[in-house]
Amino acid sequence: MDILKFLTAGSVDDGKSTLIGRMLYDTESILQDQLEAIQNSSRKNDDGSIDLAILTDGLKAEREQGITIDVAYKYFQTEKRKFIIADTPGHIQYTRNMVTGASNADLAIILIDARKGVIEQTIRHSYLVSLLALEHVVVCVNKMDMVDYSEEVFEKIHADYHSLAIKLNLHEVTFIPVSALKGDNIVNNSLNMPWYKGKSLLDHLETVPVREMDALLPARFPVQWVIRPQTEELHDYRGYAGRVASGAFKVGDTIKVLPSGMKSKIAKIETFDGEHAIAEEGKSITMHLEDEIDISRGDMISEAERQPIVSNLIEADICWMDTRELDTSATYFIQHNSKLTRCKIQEILYKVNINTLEKVNADAFGLNDIGRVEIKTADELAFDPYETNKRNGGAIIIDSRTNVTVGALMLRAAL
Amino acid sequence: MDYLDQLEAEAIAILREVAGQFEKPALLFSGGKDSITLVKLAEKAFRPGKFPFPLVHIDTGHNFPETIEFRDKLVEKLGEKLIVGYVQDSIDQGKVIEQTGKNASRNALQTVTLLDTILEGKFDACIGGARRDEEKARAKERIFSVRDEFGQWDPKRQRPELWNIYNGKIHKGENVRVFPISNWTELDVWNYIKRENIELPSVYFAHERDVIMRNGQWMAASEYLNMDEEDIITRKKVRFRTVGDMTCTAAVESDKDQIDDIILEISQSKISERGARMDDKVSEAAMEDRKKGGYF
Repeated sequence: MDILKFLTAGSVDDGKSTLIGRMLYDTESILQDQLEAIQNSSRKNDDGSIDLAILTDGLKAEREQGITIDVAYKYFQTEKRKFIIADTPGHIQYTRNMVTGASNADLAIILIDARKGVIEQTIRHSYLVSLLALEHVVVCVNKMDMVDYSEEVFEKIHADYHSLAIKLNLHEVTFIPVSALKGDNIVNNSLNMPWYKGKSLLDHLETVPVREMDALLPARFPVQWVIRPQTEELHDYRGYAGRVASGAFKVGDTIKVLPSGMKSKIAKIETFDGEHAIAEEGKSITMHLEDEIDISRGDMISEAERQPIVSNLIEADICWMDTRELDTSATYFIQHNSKLTRCKIQEILYKVNINTLEKVNADAFGLNDIGRVEIKTADELAFDPYETNKRNGGAIIIDSRTNVTVGALMLRAAL
Repeated sequence: MDYLDQLEAEAIAILREVAGQFEKPALLFSGGKDSITLVKLAEKAFRPGKFPFPLVHIDTGHNFPETIEFRDKLVEKLGEKLIVGYVQDSIDQGKVIEQTGKNASRNALQTVTLLDTILEGKFDACIGGARRDEEKARAKERIFSVRDEFGQWDPKRQRPELWNIYNGKIHKGENVRVFPISNWTELDVWNYIKRENIELPSVYFAHERDVIMRNGQWMAASEYLNMDEEDIITRKKVRFRTVGDMTCTAAVESDKDQIDDIILEISQSKISERGARMDDKVSEAAMEDRKKGGYF
């Protein structure tokens, strides 16, 4: 069994929390004591039925205001798959939360209110999904019960969204008409919409193939830690510990250490459980090389053939996540995999109006702004363009005064 | 990759980030199944080297004797360092006052001992076994969760956490709580324990025990539980699904003494794991409030 991580994007009024609550409820993922807690809650739907949205509200302020402020993670499983939901708020002021949730998701569910169709926030959510390069998009046209389960309404939204998807380069888009409140096409196929021949939402989530192309990516291994027991019997033991970011490494492969450029061969791949001939993406391993070279945390071991870009002048897309504006004269930290170094965000090339997708000039760059910047780093980074390999193309900006994470970077190219 | 392999690889990577980013980390060890799982993951992350951190146990003095015995044996087998902070010391120093009454527990007091132990050890990162599926305030917890000088968690000022990049930069006096098994569910932990053949304290398996009924739950009769004439001691076959203090952990009636049966029983259970924790039942936001105060 594997894990599918997905994100739900929508606003308070789209019924996002109700959708998640419905999935948990209909897959019997809610236990008796949790259900009792909801039933005892004062919040009810208009018809007196329990409000499933409460299931995803974690914090006091959220329950009081009936909104989602932060990313909440929910877990459930069926016989076919395990699921991790990143429930993120959809309002523009929470763009950074959605970006955060999307950074670790394989799939995004975009909710559209059937009565409203494609609106500004649909564009915003879809833009973020394309910026973070999510593999799959599911457009759930919700509240179909409010439009008499009309096929015509659904088809109109389908057509409208299709042209947006082309503009945003979203390839894998699936459309499902649902009513989260009534449970239509969430777990079971709806009897109210016989014209819809596709899968229910859960059926789709259970069967959609993910990370199929990953094996073809170039091999990347950021070194996190060097294991050196320095005991008598393990006097010369020197193992490079880390997690394979992308691709696969085999014993005997020629590798290159970056940024130094030194070459060697893989002598041994091991874990606590023994030696392995190969290590694929996602595996946490310890690697041994044939030659003794100086490697420490922050270095990148790459396959020798397809190398990453190595540069200290980088063009990147950025999402700003702090209330304090981006300062082009300040020195920040940049963290890219295990590499931490100082940097300057030298120039803001443009800002994107994420509701209209227009590029605009930016004098100031504040919370939730997204745009393109030029960065100069103290040490060189060994990265891949985010759109080709997101495991080695994402980075964060840390404010050196507050230590807070203030920006998310999608690295694009060397300058 | 199988889901347990995926969760394991993520947890190992998080532990190695702690080693790489912090000067003086510690692993908070409670003797429960989650922290025992963390120890196994630490072996996987750092062997044949030593752990780059000691184990730290906050001993309330009200632990199950089986847990303490297990702890000492495990530490000896690992050959790693154990630091114990005693709640009794905090009481003796007058820093906390023992609760009175029938439902008295040292659960709340241990936060003070924990913060003192962190301060004394100058620990800048504390690894814990909390999981997001346990409780709704925990569902919003970061994997690297920054605490201020007072040990406080501020849910509204959490750092965004993107991709597999964890920001452990802090100011002096602050520390980071790190939760490598954030994305594991209760069943994942049990399935992992089974797969890896991890040894657990005997209280997790069915055994005969003197218990009394409190607020609809079976509590272990012990010298730490304030009892009066109304409390009737009965002998039952029970096991514990979650193990904290004897005063705040309820037993479940069960005759399951094999891990396969326990896994089956849990997967069919209609009650959540923390349903057996009296400390969570105080109010809807009991966990959120305690976390803000510096709790695990």
